Amino acid sequence: MLLIHCPYCDATRPELEFTYGGQAHIARPLDPSALTDAEWENFLYIRSNPRGRHRERWRHTHGCGRFFNAVRDTVTDRFAATYRTGETGPSDADLGGAQ
Amino acid sequence: MSGYRLPAGGLIDRKAPVRLLWDGEGYTGFSGDNLASALVANGVSLFGRSFKYHRPRGLLGMGAEEPNALVTIDRGPGRVTPNLRAPALPVYEGMAATSQNRYPSLKYDLGEVNNSLSTFLPAGFYNKTFMWPRAAWEKLYEPAIRRMAGLGESPKASDPDHYEAVYAHCEVLVIGAGPAGIEAAITAAKADPAARVVLIDEQEEIGGGALSDPDLWDWLKAAYDDISALPNLQVLPRTTGIAYLHDNYVAAAERLTDHLPISEATGPRERLWRFRAGEVILAQGAIERPLVFDGNDTPGVMLASAGRTLALRYGVAPGRAVAVVATHDSGWTDAIAIAKAGVNVTTIIDARATVSADLLAAARAQGITVMTAHSVIGVKGRLEVTAVETASTAGSISSTIPADCLLMAGGWTPTLHLWSHSKGTMKWDDAWGAYLPDQPFENTRVVGAGAGDWSFGSGETFAALPTPRPAHKLKAFVDFQNDVTAKDIRLAVREGFRSIEHIKRYTTNGMATDQGKTSNINGLQIASESLSKPVTAVGLTTFRPPYTPTTFGTLSGHHKGALFQPVRKSVIDPWATAHGAVFENVSQWRRARYFPQGTEDMHAAVNRECRAVRASVGIFDASTLGKIEVVGPDAAEFLNRMYTNPWKALEPGRCRYGLLLGEDGFIRDDGVSARLAPDRFHLTTTTGGAARVLNMMEDYLQTEWADLDVWLTSTTEQWAVIALQGPKAREVIAPLVDGIDLSPEAFPHMALREGTICGVPTRLFRVSFTGELGFEINVPAEHGRMVWEAIWQAGQPHHITPYGTETMHVLRAEKGYIIVGQDTDGTLTPYDAGLAWAVGKKKKDFVGKRSLDRPDMVAPGRKQLVGLLTEDPNVVLEEGAQIVANPAQAIPMTMLGHVTSSYWSEALGRSIAIAMVAGGHDRMGQTLHIPMPDATHRVTVTGTVFLDPKGSRLDV
Repeated sequence: MLLIHCPYCDATRPELEFTYGGQAHIARPLDPSALTDAEWENFLYIRSNPRGRHRERWRHTHGCGRFFNAVRDTVTDRFAATYRTGETGPSDADLGGAQ
Repeated sequence: MSGYRLPAGGLIDRKAPVRLLWDGEGYTGFSGDNLASALVANGVSLFGRSFKYHRPRGLLGMGAEEPNALVTIDRGPGRVTPNLRAPALPVYEGMAATSQNRYPSLKYDLGEVNNSLSTFLPAGFYNKTFMWPRAAWEKLYEPAIRRMAGLGESPKASDPDHYEAVYAHCEVLVIGAGPAGIEAAITAAKADPAARVVLIDEQEEIGGGALSDPDLWDWLKAAYDDISALPNLQVLPRTTGIAYLHDNYVAAAERLTDHLPISEATGPRERLWRFRAGEVILAQGAIERPLVFDGNDTPGVMLASAGRTLALRYGVAPGRAVAVVATHDSGWTDAIAIAKAGVNVTTIIDARATVSADLLAAARAQGITVMTAHSVIGVKGRLEVTAVETASTAGSISSTIPADCLLMAGGWTPTLHLWSHSKGTMKWDDAWGAYLPDQPFENTRVVGAGAGDWSFGSGETFAALPTPRPAHKLKAFVDFQNDVTAKDIRLAVREGFRSIEHIKRYTTNGMATDQGKTSNINGLQIASESLSKPVTAVGLTTFRPPYTPTTFGTLSGHHKGALFQPVRKSVIDPWATAHGAVFENVSQWRRARYFPQGTEDMHAAVNRECRAVRASVGIFDASTLGKIEVVGPDAAEFLNRMYTNPWKALEPGRCRYGLLLGEDGFIRDDGVSARLAPDRFHLTTTTGGAARVLNMMEDYLQTEWADLDVWLTSTTEQWAVIALQGPKAREVIAPLVDGIDLSPEAFPHMALREGTICGVPTRLFRVSFTGELGFEINVPAEHGRMVWEAIWQAGQPHHITPYGTETMHVLRAEKGYIIVGQDTDGTLTPYDAGLAWAVGKKKKDFVGKRSLDRPDMVAPGRKQLVGLLTEDPNVVLEEGAQIVANPAQAIPMTMLGHVTSSYWSEALGRSIAIAMVAGGHDRMGQTLHIPMPDATHRVTVTGTVFLDPKGSRLDV
C-alpha cells in the first residue's frame, strides 16, 4: 500500500485515494492538424517504459481531485518527488544522478 | 501406541481436562493443549494421508511449519474448515476434528494404491501422461484426477461468520514474540514512552521458543511483568503477520473465537489488522530442517524441536523408545533435555564424524547410546515407526534399532518470509546452511534467530543422508505436503530444468500450503548438488503473502453480500419496488428492467410496455443519467474543444446531441445537453460513463487548458429525471406545469424550458429516446418521488404505463439510436456509427479530430453499424452472434462482425437487430449469414432506422 504525497493537499495519503494518470509532460499539440501521421501516432501511443525513474501523473481522485506529477522508480516503486501541474519538477541531477 | 502423557511437566493445566473428538472417537486432553499434543498424548501417531501417494503420515513439526497433520474442524453448519494444521489448533471442550484425504478411513485407505503405482507417478507425471485418447480426458481422466487431488474438502455452505478489519498506526511493530521479539518490544517501549509499540505473535500465547525451554520460564515471567507495566506496549497473541507490503504496511490476521467452545463464540471470528508502522522489527525465529533419508515420512518421524516442544511445553513423551538422528548440535541438546524430563531416549545417530565432547558426555550421562559417523538409511514400520536402520557413513550396514519415534535435527532455517515480502535481500551463510537477511529495503530489521543471532550450536549440512542403498529405490521426502522426494528433484535436473524457479514448479517442491518452510533449503541443496553448482548460483524462490493460509472472510471483511458493492438507487426506486419491478444492475445503479403484470414473463411485459408507449404514454425513470453543470465564460469554448459538435452557436433554451471521442478518434460517450445561458450548460452523459467523462474533462481543464475560465460540477444525483414518452405526453403534464408554454410552436423538439412542475422548479427538456413525443422532466432529486406520483396520477386517464430499461432499449433500437458501449466497443469512429452529422465540419479542432484522418480510420472495410432483418421474422438473433458472408466456408471462417443489439419489435411485428459489419454501409440489401449451433440464419442488411424514418411521430 504505497504512500503518496499530494502536493496540493500537502499530505501523504495511501494509494487507494489516487488514480494513475500515465506518463507526464506530454503536451497536447496546439495544432494537431499540422502534425504528420507519424507525429500524431507518437503523441497518441508512444510512451517511455523505463526501468527506473518515471515521470508520471496521478490524480487525487478521493481527495482534492487535482492532477499532479510524480517521479517514481518503476523497480522499487519509491516516489522521489511529487510536484504540481505545470511545474517541471526535479531533474535527474537534482535527484542525485542520471538513471 | 507410541506417545503418552508424562506424569509431570509442561505448561498445560492438568486440572482442566478437555474432551474432543478425532475421527469420531473421544479423547481427553488438557486446557493449554493443541490438537497435536492432545492426540500424541493419547498414543495417536497417524494424522493423515499424503497428497499424491496416500502414504500414512504423522506429525512432523509443532508449529506453522507442520505439513502433514492437516485436519478438518467442524464448528457447525457453514463453519467446517479444512486443511488446518493440528499443532496450530488449541483444544476446546467439544472440539470435533477429522482427518482428510482418505477413504474409507485413515487406517485403511484405498488411495494407498497410489503408493504402489509411485513409479508411474513421479513429479510432473501429469505433464507426460493422460494424453491419449483425447476424448478420455474430459470424461475420464480429469474427473478422476480431480477426485483424487486435493487434501480437505471445500466447504459447501456459506460462511455465516462476520469478520472485522481495523487500521492501526504505531511507531514500532514487532512481529514474533519469542525471546528476541519480546526484548525488542520492551526496549522500544521503554526507550520512548510516547511511542506506540505493538508486539504480535501467531501462537496462543507469547514466548516462542522459550515456552519449550523451562530454563527460560523465570525470564519469561519477568518479561510478562515488564510488559504489563508498559502502557504504550500492546501485545496481540493469536495474530499472524501475513504480509509485509509497501511503506511499512503490514497485514495481520487475529483469531478471535476459534479457540473457544462453540457456545462461547460470539462476535467477529477474525480481525484483520492493517498496520502502518514507523519501524518493523522482524523476530520470527528459525524453523528446523528435516533430514532426507529413505522412509523419513513414516509416522513417528518428526523434528527434534517438535519432540522437545511436546515433552517440555506440553508434558507429552513423543514415544516410548525414542531415537534421534542429527547433523546438528541442537538435536543433542533436545535429546538430552527431554531425557531429563523422563522420556526414554535410546540412541543418537549423528552423521558427523566428530561431535563435541561435552555433548557426548551429557548424552551418555542420560544413558543414551551415541553413534557418530553414522547415518539412518531406512525406517521400518508402515503406520508407525517400529525400527530405525543405520549404517556407518562409510557405507557398511550396522544395525536395526527398535524405536517408535525418530527425531530429526537437520539444522535451522531463519524465517525470512516477511523480510522477503518487504524486498529485503538475503545472503547465503555456510555455517547455517541457509540464507540470512542482508540489506533491508523498508525501515525494518531482523532480530534473533531470524538474523542468525541465536546459538543452536553448530552443525554440518547434508543435502541427503549418505546411504549405500541405490538412490532409485529410496523414498526420501523433501516436501512432505506435496509428496516430493529427492529422486523427483534429481529427475527435474536430469530432464533439463536448471533454474530453481523451474525446478520448484516442475516438482511442486515448496508450493504447498506450508510454502516450503521445511522443504525449500533441502530442495535447494539437492538441486545444487545435482547441478554441481554452489547453492548461491542456483538461487532461492520468492516468498509471497500470506505467510500461512488465511481465511477469505478475514480478507474481505464486511465487503460481502449487500456491502460488496454500493448499490445506487434513484429516489423513484421504492415506487418501482412497490409496483413489482424486476431490476437489473447498470454500473452500480439498480434500475427497473420491466414491470411484469400478473403472470407475464419478461417478453410479455416488454411487448405490452412497448405498445403502450407508442399508443399512448409511458413513464420511465432516467435519473441515473450522468449530469454535469458546465459554468463559466469559456463554457461553450470548452465544450467545443471536447465534443465533435459545434456548441458556440447553440442558443440558450436549445438542446444538442453531443458525441465525445477519445484523442484516438473512437466514440467514448454521448448525451443530449442543453444550454441554459451563454455561460451555463446542463450536460448529460451515459449512466455508466458519468464519472469517466467528468474525469476526462477535468484532465483537460487542469492539465491542458488551464487558461479556460470554466468549472464543472457533477449533478448526477442532484436531479431526478422522469422521462415521459408517447403521443399523450404533453396532455399528461400540461395541468402540472407552470410558467412554460408547452405548445409545439413555443416548445419545439430538442429544446429546454425552465419553470415549475407541481410547484417545484424544473428544467423541462423536450427530448426523445423513443421516437415518440417526449419530455425529460428534471426536478431536484428531493422532489422526484412526489412529481413522479403526480404524473402517474395525471396519466391514469391515458393508461399511463411504467416501463423499464428493457423496453427503453427496444424502442430506441427501432429508431436506430445507438447505445455507447453496446453498439460501440471502443473501435468505432463517428463515421462508422453513422453519426457523421454530429461532427462539426467547420471546427478546426476537437478531441479526436486529428485521428479521424489517419489512413486506418478512412480505409475501406472498416466495421460499420447497420441494421439486420432476419429472413424468418420470428427469429430473434443472439447479441454477440458472429456474421459471415459464406456459411459454407471452412472453419475458421472469416467473420465480418457481430450483432450488437437484437430485439423483438412489437411495432413492426418482427425481429430487428443492429450489428457491426465490415464495410457495412456498402452492403445495403446484401444477404449475410449468422451461424449458430442449431441453425444458420439468413439476414438482409438494412439501415439502422426501422420505424418512422422521417421522424414524423416526433413532430407533434
